[in-house]
Amino acid sequence: MEPLIRIRNLSKRFGQGCSRCRDATGQEQDTNLCPHCGSVMACNDVSFDLFRNEALGVVGESGSGKSTLVRLLHFEWEASEGAVEMHRSAGLENLPEIFATGSDYSFNLLGLSHFQKRQLRNALMGIVYQNPHLGLRMQISSGGNIAERLLGAGWRHIGKMRRRSAELLERTEIPVERMDEPPCNFSGGMQQRVQIAKALSNNPLILFLDEVTTGLDLSVQARVLDLIRNLRSEFNLSMLVVSHDLGVINLLCQRTMVMKSGHVVESGLTDQILQDPQHRYTQLLVASQL
Amino acid sequence: MLMREWLQNENEPGSDGAPAAGYPFGFMDEGAKKEIRRSILKAVAIPGYQVPYGSREMPIARGWGTGGLQITLSLVKPDDIFKVIDQGCDGSVNAVNIKKFVAAVADVAITTDTRAATLIQTRHRIPEEPMTDRQILVLQVPYPEALREVEPSEMETRRMHAEADYSRMWLFLYEDIVKYGEITISYRYPVTVNGRYITDPSPIPRWDVPKLHMADTLFLFGAGREKRIYAIPPHTSVEPLEFEDHKFRTENFSGKACARCGATDTYLDEVIDNAGGGRSYFCSDSGYCDKRSLAWNH
Ligand SMILES: Nc1ncnc2c1ncn2[C@@H]1O[C@H](COP(=O)(O)OP(=O)(O)OP(=O)(O)O)[C@@H](O)[C@H]1O
Ligand SMILES: [Mg+2]
Ligand SMILES: [Zn+2]
Repeated sequence: MEPLIRIRNLSKRFGQGCSRCRDATGQEQDTNLCPHCGSVMACNDVSFDLFRNEALGVVGESGSGKSTLVRLLHFEWEASEGAVEMHRSAGLENLPEIFATGSDYSFNLLGLSHFQKRQLRNALMGIVYQNPHLGLRMQISSGGNIAERLLGAGWRHIGKMRRRSAELLERTEIPVERMDEPPCNFSGGMQQRVQIAKALSNNPLILFLDEVTTGLDLSVQARVLDLIRNLRSEFNLSMLVVSHDLGVINLLCQRTMVMKSGHVVESGLTDQILQDPQHRYTQLLVASQL
Repeated sequence: MLMREWLQNENEPGSDGAPAAGYPFGFMDEGAKKEIRRSILKAVAIPGYQVPYGSREMPIARGWGTGGLQITLSLVKPDDIFKVIDQGCDGSVNAVNIKKFVAAVADVAITTDTRAATLIQTRHRIPEEPMTDRQILVLQVPYPEALREVEPSEMETRRMHAEADYSRMWLFLYEDIVKYGEITISYRYPVTVNGRYITDPSPIPRWDVPKLHMADTLFLFGAGREKRIYAIPPHTSVEPLEFEDHKFRTENFSGKACARCGATDTYLDEVIDNAGGGRSYFCSDSGYCDKRSLAWNH
């Protein structure tokens, strides 16, 4: 089977950069900070494939570049280098210009205009952030938060948007009668579920989850993870699941990448990585958590 | 200098059409007028897009129609017939001042008759009588940015326009409907111009918004304080933001008529009678009302 999306040599540098950045940073150097010019190589030469209906895990210590990777793929940040290509089967009828005739994969999506990136994001992607303040407008009704995505995708019928919001809130176990309340009235676990409802509203193909259960009570965590697992099969989602909790990754993901200092240092089936970690850093990570 | 003093110091312009003492024709020098006309051309080329321009000092305070006035002065020709309206009224102090000023610096004829005018400057109304392709309507704009309500940052609103990223504006209307059962905006109703830019039509009532759609006339909008010019060229689509199940509606005056001219098809101002406390209604467009009243009396 061909991957839904191919990521090649993706890099993100914060700072001016110099000729020595690449050699001076990385796993062996144990840093993403270039000592010569002070630039941060937050993501460095990251390549991988994401398949249909697959949940791919990304683990790594704090600062290893997991969130940066998500921001790049969600087009929130501009990559410094690299390519992201989408398979034709993603069904981008409203963006025919991104495919060369006869080619199965799109041009490099990182080269699209802001406007095209927004269209693509509205059509294909959903995201849930660790911090609900990033994903939700706290002072606007929960139904309105979901409607905003639908409006962005061109919906113009209040009744239909409200029915869709109610459906999703019900599915994510938020009492529908609280639809017109703002998320600031809700608990942390509820806010995450509103974020999930919002992310799913446009029927995305790809869902980004960045530490969605970090900071929640254990029992609440379990319920949210359960929900995500069920939604994945129900909505046929491809997911990129970021966590520094191997338990979360183990529960959700068939395949996993391990990141350190901006690099992917190991990747493979989650079971194998947990049972037989190859890289010294992964061994440490597994030993410290299991 | 205040306009009142300026007008007092001014000699009547000569009958040979020579410019008033010390000032070029149209008050602004040719270079300044040319620059504004260039911005106008750009605005016409990109309907609904706000074009920045270098706003000049005018002998009236900013916020009193300097944006409109600069457009007027850059376009006015000696053979123009000029009309000014302030919230529908030809006779308000502000309208009269602008009229006198333009008459003094450009030696143009003045009228209150919409049909007779070639150039009309207005604040907050569009005349009731349909205008033609031989006329230009210049609208004074206090706040040119239709998205300001939902986004305080100018950088961000520019990005939103550039990317046609308008979901927050739509969300604002959604929340309005959820809270109040309808869209509560009565003036400055946001419109989509030419299927592209969300644009502020200036503080006209909703009543006037449909007049902008596929009109024969060129509409020019000037914001002096914020230094923006934008345009709705003739035969351009202008669609008020609306939902499939919550349509845009104009004010409803059914069952009411102008107490002076009897019109039942105009935008009406409500007047509370001091003595009796009763309500009566009058045409907001005084020029049109005058015309109708005269016709009745003859
Ligand atoms: N705007 C920025 N400017 C400079 N450096 C940044 C910026 N944003 C992130 N970084 C740096 O990029 C690196 C990667 O950060 P990132 O947030 O992707 O890590 P992470 O793996 O998500 O960590 P965590 O587990 O703590 O969320 C860090 O060294 C961080 O300091
Ligand atoms: Mg992070
Ligand atoms: Zn460097």
